[in-house]
This record gives sequence, C-alpha cells and structure tokens, in this order.
Amino acid sequence: MTTILKKPGFNPDRKYKIIGTSPVKHDGFDKVTGRAKFAADAFLPGMLVGKVLRSPHPHAILKRIDTTQASKVPGVKAIITRDDFPEIKQGTGGGDMTRLAMAREKVYWEGHPVAAVAATSESAAKKALKLIEVEYEVLPHVIDPVEAMSPDAPILHDYMRTKGAKGPDAEKPTNVVERHALGIGDVDKGFAEADVIVEGTFDTKPMHQGYIELQSCVANYSDDGQVDLWCCTQAPWVYRDRLTEILKIESSKIRIQQSELGGGFGGKTTFYLEPLSVVLSRKAKCPVKMTLTRVEVMRATGPVSGTQSTIKMGCKKDGTIVAVDSTLVFQTGPYTGSAFTNAPQAMLTRYDLKNVRTVSYEVVSNRPKVSSFRAPCVPQVVFGVEGLIDELATKIGMDPIEMRLKNAIVEGHKTIYGETFNRIGFVETLEAAKACDHYRAPVPKGQARGIACGFWFNRGGETTGSMNLAPDGTVTITLGTADVAGSRMSMAMMAAEELGIPVDRVRAVLADTHSLGYNRVTAGSRTTFSSGIIVVDSARKIITELCRRAAKIWNVPEEGVVFEDGVCRPASSNVGEFEPLSIKDIAHKTTYTMGSISGHSEMNVTGAGPGFAVHIVDVEVDKETGLTSVKRYTIIEDAGKAISPAQVEGQFQGAAVQGIGWALNEEYVYGSDGRLQNPGFLDYRMPVASDVPMIDTVIVEVPNPKHPFGLRGVGEVPLTPAMAAIGNAIGHAIGIRPRSLPMSPPKVLAIIEEARARGVLPAG
Amino acid sequence: MSDVRFEAPSSLSEAVKILAGAKGPSRALAGGTDLIVQMENDLLEPDLIVDIKKIPELRAIKPEGGGFRIGATVTSMEMIEDASLCAKWPGVIDGVKLIGSIQVKGRATMAGNLCNASPGADSVPPLVAAGALARIVGPNGTRESPVEKIPVGPGKTSLAPGEIIESFFLPERPRNSGDAYLRFTPRTEMDIAVVGVAINLTLDSAGVCTQARVALGAVAPTVLLVDECANALIGTRVDEAAIDKMAAAAAAACKPIDDKRGTREFRIKITSVLAKRVAQKALERARHTA
Amino acid sequence: MSKKHHITTIVNGDEYEALCETRHTLLDVLRDELRLTGTKEGCATGDCGACSVMMDGRLVCSCLVLAVEADGKSIDTIEGMASGNELHPLQTKFLELNGLQCGICTPGFLIAARALLERNPDPTESEARYWLAGNLCRCTGYDKIIRAVLSAAAEMRGA
Repeated sequence: MTTILKKPGFNPDRKYKIIGTSPVKHDGFDKVTGRAKFAADAFLPGMLVGKVLRSPHPHAILKRIDTTQASKVPGVKAIITRDDFPEIKQGTGGGDMTRLAMAREKVYWEGHPVAAVAATSESAAKKALKLIEVEYEVLPHVIDPVEAMSPDAPILHDYMRTKGAKGPDAEKPTNVVERHALGIGDVDKGFAEADVIVEGTFDTKPMHQGYIELQSCVANYSDDGQVDLWCCTQAPWVYRDRLTEILKIESSKIRIQQSELGGGFGGKTTFYLEPLSVVLSRKAKCPVKMTLTRVEVMRATGPVSGTQSTIKMGCKKDGTIVAVDSTLVFQTGPYTGSAFTNAPQAMLTRYDLKNVRTVSYEVVSNRPKVSSFRAPCVPQVVFGVEGLIDELATKIGMDPIEMRLKNAIVEGHKTIYGETFNRIGFVETLEAAKACDHYRAPVPKGQARGIACGFWFNRGGETTGSMNLAPDGTVTITLGTADVAGSRMSMAMMAAEELGIPVDRVRAVLADTHSLGYNRVTAGSRTTFSSGIIVVDSARKIITELCRRAAKIWNVPEEGVVFEDGVCRPASSNVGEFEPLSIKDIAHKTTYTMGSISGHSEMNVTGAGPGFAVHIVDVEVDKETGLTSVKRYTIIEDAGKAISPAQVEGQFQGAAVQGIGWALNEEYVYGSDGRLQNPGFLDYRMPVASDVPMIDTVIVEVPNPKHPFGLRGVGEVPLTPAMAAIGNAIGHAIGIRPRSLPMSPPKVLAIIEEARARGVLPAG
Repeated sequence: MSDVRFEAPSSLSEAVKILAGAKGPSRALAGGTDLIVQMENDLLEPDLIVDIKKIPELRAIKPEGGGFRIGATVTSMEMIEDASLCAKWPGVIDGVKLIGSIQVKGRATMAGNLCNASPGADSVPPLVAAGALARIVGPNGTRESPVEKIPVGPGKTSLAPGEIIESFFLPERPRNSGDAYLRFTPRTEMDIAVVGVAINLTLDSAGVCTQARVALGAVAPTVLLVDECANALIGTRVDEAAIDKMAAAAAAACKPIDDKRGTREFRIKITSVLAKRVAQKALERARHTA
Repeated sequence: MSKKHHITTIVNGDEYEALCETRHTLLDVLRDELRLTGTKEGCATGDCGACSVMMDGRLVCSCLVLAVEADGKSIDTIEGMASGNELHPLQTKFLELNGLQCGICTPGFLIAARALLERNPDPTESEARYWLAGNLCRCTGYDKIIRAVLSAAAEMRGA
C-alpha cells in the first residue's frame, strides 16, 4: 500500500490537544490489578512443563549424551538433544543460532543447554534432568576479552579467522571475530597541535539487563505442523524467522503472540527457550511451557559486553579537541552479535572532531552470547571518552559544560560514519543543563559533582501496523512493535491527535506474527518514532477515506470535503450547505457507503532524529570505606517532542538508575573455573529503592524535522553518559578518576589510598 | 510426586522425636528464608521438614529474670515491633533489622539465621556481643549454650542430630549499657554483610567501661568474639585512643577470605573502620540509657 | 508412594483448596493451582519482592512460604486489592503518576506499599524507600513509584 503521509515533516505551527499530556496508560489498569498477562501467566489444556539441562563447564567437547534412564521417569513425555535439531553449518548465522539454542559439538559457556525435558510436572522433569548422562571433554576456557586475544589463549572455534585483519596472522585460528577501523583526518597531526594530551585504559565488566520478568513461553505444535508460540519478546517477527531458519518450519506455520513484556531493555531480542519448547511440543504432542529460573537468566541469557578501551585525547588551551586515538575491545559470547560497531560510531558523535582514529575488536569468549542493552556497546566506551574530556577540562581550567559547548556539533554536521545530521539539539541540551537548578546550585559540602554527555543514533526500520474504525466511531490499532514501556498509549495518543478524537476512543493492541507484515526488533529507541509514523500514516489514510465517504453521503466531489478537528465539512460554501459529519457519523454509515474503514501502513522508516543528553550527578564518597552514595541526579535530554512527558521522564529515570547500578556495583563475577559466582539478585546487586535519590529531569524539545510531531527516541540516550558522569563525580571527590567499572567500594578505596599517597587527596 | 515428608507438630517433645528419628537429611523449618532458598537452588534436598511454628512455647517474647526470652520462631518483625526489647537491646535489633527485606523479616528468625551458620549472618554478632544464651532441646534433654558456640563453620553447627533451638535468652543489663551493630554492604539493603561488627559495653557512673564484648562477622568461618578488643575498652573511658586500639585488635583478629562479596584485604580495612563507628554508637547508647 | 498435601486457604476472603507437594511454595500454588497469576515470580529466592502477598496480615514473599504452611491461613493478593469497582488509592496513584512501566513488579510494590501505609500512614521518602527496598524495579528508577506511594498516603490521610 502506498504511503500517504502528505506532509510527513514536522509542522511547527500545529497546536496539540493530546500530544504533550500524560494520560493514564490504557494497559496500566490490568497491571495494577494483577490481570495483565505476562509470559508465565499462560496455561493451555494438557500443558507439560519443560526444563533444560545445562553445561556445568564453560568450554568442553560434548562427547556423549544418554537419555535412556531419564526417559523412564514416570511423567516424562519428551527429551530433546542436539539430535533433534537440523544440522546447519558452523560459522554461519543459522549455525550460530542453532548452537546457541542447543549445544552441538561443544559447550561454550556454563549454562549452555545440552538437553531439555518435557514432563507432566516440574518435579518429574527435574528428576529426569538428573538422570541424563553427559560426557564432556573439558577444555581450557577464556572469558576476559583481552586474554582471549592473546596468542596462547584457548581457541573457541578452529574455523574462525579475523574479518578485516591484515598481516601474517590473518590466516591463523583466532578468537577475534572482526577488526574494525573507523576514522577521519590525521591523528598524528592533530596531537601535534595539542596543548594538553591525556590518555587512559578503561575497562567494564559484563552486566545484565536485569528485567524482573523471567523468560517464559508456551509452545503448541499441532499435528498439521502449525506452531503457536506465546512468549515475552521484543522481536516476534525476528523470533519467527529465526525459528524458520533453525527448525526448517515455514514462517506461515509459526504464529507468535507476544505477551505483556515484563522488562527487556534489549535482553529479550534473542530467543532462548522458544526453539526448545517448539521441538519438545512437536515430540511430546502436547503444549509445553518453559520458564527460566533467575539463576538460568543470569547464567544463560545475555549480559552485555565486557570491554577495554584505550583512548588518547588532546585539546588546545581554548578547549578545542584536536585529536582522539582509540583501541576498543568488545567481548561477545561464543558468537558474534555484540553490535560493537555502534561504539566507534557513537562514542564521539556530539563533538566536532577533525582527527579521529578508532580500531575496534570483537572477541569471542566462554560466556553467554551478548545480548543488546540500551545503546549496545556505547555506554562502556563513553565511560572513557567523557572521563578524558573531564580530565582535559580540569587541566585547562575550563567549566566541563563550556568545554563540551566549545566542541558541540550542530545541524549539518557530517558524522564519522557518513551521516549528515538534520536539526539536532545538542547545544540546546547543554545550555539547558547549564541553566538548570542542579548545575547552578553550589556543590554541597562533602560531595562532588560530575557531568557527562551521551548520544544515540535512534533508529527506524521496517515497521507495519493497522488501524480500524469501528461503526461506533472508536478506533483500534494493531501494532507490530512491542510495548516495552508504554508505547501502546503513545500510539493511541498520536492516533487520537491526528483524528481529533479523545484518546479514550482509541485502543492499541500488540499483533501476532500472522496479523501483520514484518516488523524489525523493538530496540534502539525506534518504537515511538517508527510505529508513530505508521500510526500517523494510517490515521491519514482513514481521514482520506472519511472525506471520500462524506463526499458520497453528500453527493459532492471528493475534493469538496475537508477534515478538521475530527469532523468532515464542506471545503467551502460553494460545495453546499451540509452539517459537519463526525467520525462517528461516518463510521456508523459505512455499511451504506463502501464498507468498513481502515488504515494500514508499512514502511522502512527513516529519519529518526539523533538524541543527546547531559547528566549531572552529585555523589558523596565515604573515604574510609570507598562507598559511593548518589545524592542528586539530573538528566537533561532532547526528546524532540515528548508525546507523553511522564513516560519520557520514566525512560530517563529508569536509565539513570540502571546506570547507577552499572557504575557502582553490578558485574558478573566469574571464578577461576569459569563459573558465574553471583547468578542471583542477592549478589548481583541491582539498585534498590533506598540506594538512589529522586531523579530530576529536564526535557528539551528540539523537534525532529522528519517526524510529524517532531519526536526523537528517548530510550537509549539516557543510559549512555550515566557511568561516565558518576565516574567524573567520584574522580572529583577523591582526586583520581576511577577507570574500571564497577566503581565498587574496594576499588574506590584503593584509589583513595593511591590519591593520598600521591598527595592529590588530603589525608584524614 | 512428593518425596519430602512434612510434619508440623504442636509440641516440642513431638518435634524432637520426629527429628531424632529421621534417617535421611532433615531440617527444622522456622521462617524458611534460607531453607526454601536452598531447596529452590537445589543445594539441599531434605527427606524431612519439621515445621516448628505450631509449638506454642517457641512463639513468644517474654520477660525473664530482668532480661528476655525469645522463642525460636519469633520473627524479625515481631522483635522489631517489641518496644521494650528494642529499648533494652538496640544493637540486637540493629542486626535483626538488616536481615533481608520487610518481607523476609516477616518470616526470618534469629534461630534460623544462627543455624544457617553463615559467617555473615547479621543477627549473630550482636547476639554474641550481648552474651546471649541459646536453649537447645534434643533427644537427650535440654541444654544451654552461648550463641558463639553454635556455628562451627560455614553451614555447620554444633547441634546434634535431633536437636533444635528452643529459645534465646538475653540477660538483664546493668545501667549505662549500650550495644550496637553495623555491617558494611555495597547496597543500603538486600545485601549480605561484607563485614559486620557488634559491640556491647557497660559504663560505670564515672563513664569508665566496666564490661565489653566485641563480635566480628564475615571475617572468619564463624563469628569471632574478640577478647583483645574487649580488653582494649575495659577500664578506659572509651576515648579515641581506646577505640583505635580496639579497632586495631579487631583488624588483627580477622581471618577473612577473598570471595565474590569482598577481598581479604578490603575486609580487614573495613573491620577497623566499622569497629570505630560501632564503638561510638554503642557508647552513645550507653550514655543515654538509664 | 507419592503423597500430596491437601491445603485449605482463604485467599482474598474466598476459601480455596489445593493439592501440593512439600516443595511447592505458596507462590507456586497461587499461580499454577489457583491460577491467581497477579502474584509474580522474579527470583523465587526472596530477593525481588514481585511475589509479595499478605499472610495473616503479615507482608511476606510467597516464594519463601511453603504451600503446606499456608494451610488454614488467610492470604491477600493483588487480585483482592481493589474493592469492587473501586481501585485502592495506591492503585490509582500508580496509574496517575506513572508509577509503573512494564508492570511486572507492580503487584508486589502495591501489596508492600499498602502494608507500609497500614503501619505508617505518613511515611517520609526515606521510610518509603527503605520499606520498599525488598521490591526490585528495573524500569522506573523508583522515582515515580515513591511519589505515587507518598501521594496515596497523603490522599488516604485526607491531607
């Protein structure tokens, strides 16, 4: 269907009735009464329980699996292993995917599935798991990405050769998936112009997305080969197509219905249980429900990349940054997929730099495959970049916001990766930060302040949706993107605004994969933007049709009808004297005109406006214990246009607290045996309510010219500078800036001692 | 299939009889906040669980001999809600308040905290500092034991098969006594002590310390009662020099390990810091209690 | 041979009977047997509070209660929080002030917050934060949850 967004761009003169308000979310009612149906809340008649047997070893050859004894346990209906999955060549996308779902030749991390059981009860399934005999040949393992790059590191895949590598080692087996170089100008020349140069090596540990909802799914494989799959996912169509690829089931036979999503943050973009439950259901001839435990979530689902960044940066006395050189290492799991090229593209994109060199490496390791998390791979590197800018600002005696303003990019900037920016709001965001209460307030005694800035591209991509007008004049929207935090409501608001009806007359629901065409993963802060464009386009199609119907009712030419404020009226008195027809009036008569009215839209959406944020944080560091307390936190960010300001604030605040967790405590702690030591909420230490203050927000609105309401994505940006801002604050508190995440008490206490020894922090 | 036998006797003698007769692994169930977690994580597969919460005499906090007798199934929240207990033994309550969330405290008991025998158990150092006695009932009758004698190593206790804790006794306190407990954790709540320090001391009318007990948690396989620390305080006015000496003795007494929750080196440093802070808090309380 | 326990429990004022194994928790029975799925599982180890319920008037994690222990007890879950068509003020404030995003932690927060306000009708921000420290939320950063709780408290006090 053609796109009819006649004026797709932003209209600065438009006055809004609904956009910019924060009505109660329609999906909220079921969430406060316990009726909302999340993945684990589904039950089917005759449903079995599925459980997974996982490798206790981080790296081993899978020599033999014997399920004979296990299959004798009363109540066990099916057991599956690698033999139940079609062979797909190693080193291909499909080959990687099937091996992530179920180990084949080797196990690659502690927690890698090696078998799964479906039984009539969880007890029976667990009993069977214990009776499955697995013979492993344990191999040396490697988890740290820098160690994995060393010449004597254990090799995960004999077939792996570094993409983009040059030189004599290019043909040797390696753990380095890819070497990626990106840059502009002449870095050596740039450093020659520098008055001050700083450099450092920064490292970050894997951390988990930490969604509270455990992954769960129910699969029903019917006798005619139709698969019905209910699950929590950010990517129903992606799951479907991957199931098609690894299970060789036609897409038309796989119908995925997404449940309410109990948090994802990128972590529910990759499937884990889904292929197992489908194969178990096929074998058992019953529906199978599988739910991960929290320990399984921690051991076997996507923590983010651990990283190491070595960055050198130089500036002139006036604050102009003249050169940046960096070497970046990104840990992935056993296979590629970290999206690491985001980092060299985004790490400096907000500053107008002439000389940049980046070399980035993606490295496999014996831990679960990396899964996305808010701005994948970017916050880790921003931790270093914004730290060094802070050091430069201190050295030249410049205010940290002024330093950034000095280098800030504006409309027309051509990025290092080739995109030229339309209207952007970085300068406005920095100015708003400078003017906000927090920044103007003196730093309280005993505390220290840090600031940092971040950027995310924001995304568009393939999106489809439908809108239907009911005979009573109410509207339903079928969305292909997932609702990760309230997008159904934002869509309803945009539809209501466009159609001129109250938002309560619109309801949005989440489609299954049979109801709409392909939708790209709900990630990268693309949803409100992309589905928003689909919704506006669909609404405008409905409006066109409404005008056509009004013309038919009045028996006038179509161009004689205009739509304004929710009603069709004659374009002028020349057309005739007619009482305006409301949406409801026309909807009620569709049986007598040309049948029901609907709008549908599908696009590969482009024009996502980039987003920028400034974080300001005040911390207090206990200099005897190294404990950091966050006392005040403000996020200033350009949202383009906040459709629902309360929801935008919620995105900022949630990201800030995730950032506080990542900055201060969250990390994967591995033992020397390659096993995760802290696979639960108790020892993983996500922030609790008493760990954090209120999070203040300033929403800057520099409209995105490519969206009818001017909006920009807001989900990823607010995580990007968080750890850097906190690191800068701690650095100011103790005299030396930490360069390793998490900035946990033992590390900070060691730095305090070093600072005292170096005389940069007074004793006592 | 239910492989785990469950009993909920209404008398202590019956509970002891059932537990003493158990052939496989058995557990008494009080609050369940450790037991159920261990079962969930497949770390423990008991054949028998004996719920002791239906035994009336285990359920109460009662005054006794100027002190308190606290039944083994009294929950943390019930202790926190007992105003006279809070007033007399604030340091014990400091520890009890730190055992997990409000939800967990609604179930968790000191007896469970002690018998779980984690070196980081928050209620144990203050009980040890308080000189609390545990009353233990078993197939061979009833015995009293100082609390510090019960855990013998991580996950291990000195209780014989069939023995359960019936109650704790917190003694009468002299005037001008104060106790306090602090722990170090990276988070404000919902965390396990990296180090815990409890101090219980008594001052005479001139402000001189006449009695002190200092207990350290999470720095050795069991909670340590450190005489050197007590000796550093007794006979002093608990001034800065005495506190420094006590803190140094605490650091010297630590035998911590490196683990996911903290390094050896860090634990030793923090022990000294906490010891000073706890001493100040206990001192403050001693000065302000009649 | 196998032996399941027969338990009788009052849930939200209604009597329910269920069969359970010893190792089944109250959470398991609420969700899988009674199909009261408003109570959520986030960890099954008492570390997230998503399964918070009241048992005989006491706030507990239902994942840390064996189902057999709930025999004869009175349980209050999120499904019983609204009275008829009237939402509890906490539910209303969570909606109005956007105290929820994905919603998976919401039932646990509401149950725990109600227990707080029954005990302390006028909590400070800090008291609310510490009381709710056993309830993890990964979406909101807690800000709007705490505001909703304090605002509901004020409304309930008639302030």
